[in-house]
Amino acid sequence: MKFAILVNEGPYQHQASDSAYQFTQAALKKGHEIFRVFFYHDGVNNASRLTVPPQDDRHIVNRWSELAKAHNLDLVVCIAAAQRRGMLDENEAKRNGKDANNIAEGFRISGLGQLIEAGIQSERLVVFGD
Amino acid sequence: MLLHTVNKSPFDRNSLENCLRFAQKGHSILLFEDGIYGALTGTRFETLLKGALKSYNIYVLVPDIQARGMRTENVIDGIKSTDYAGFVDLVAENKTVQAWL
Repeated sequence: MKFAILVNEGPYQHQASDSAYQFTQAALKKGHEIFRVFFYHDGVNNASRLTVPPQDDRHIVNRWSELAKAHNLDLVVCIAAAQRRGMLDENEAKRNGKDANNIAEGFRISGLGQLIEAGIQSERLVVFGD
Repeated sequence: MLLHTVNKSPFDRNSLENCLRFAQKGHSILLFEDGIYGALTGTRFETLLKGALKSYNIYVLVPDIQARGMRTENVIDGIKSTDYAGFVDLVAENKTVQAWL
């Protein structure tokens, strides 16, 4: 079955990103397809390449990047939510005259239309948030 | 059928009560994250949950009970234990998933 996942909360806050990750992993293990994982609101902070958690803690950002690489997942960060929170890819940094970008491997920045499309194309939309 | 997910403690938010107010007979409800506190015996929500079990299938995510140092023996009778794989199955079995954030 085709699933879409929505993450509305940042990493290390409560549990939304962890639950979404565990759910995604379990769904893939069962042979389901993950059409897209969409990061919205504070959820965009899950995509920061500059995240440095203590060594004995899970690395939420890298964990998503690795899962995306292993399963060819489409991790999409909402552009409007991202810009407000200082989350930029190379193109957006250039376009906004910023000197750096911070998006992690496997994530891409795009519009809210990608969430709508994920909702239409998938059979289930599962929401994780605060 | 519909799956409702509740991820906050009933002592913190009113999302569980809202969910129970809107859910219809035969619907399924999954308590996970801090929502697991609603599934435990000996709290002031026990009566509410026991009543709700007459109308709904209620599930609780065991990894989230364990992560909080709570005991699965203290889960109210009739609430079904599940894990992430079971969570995935619940989502697949129900046509819609409503998250009570």
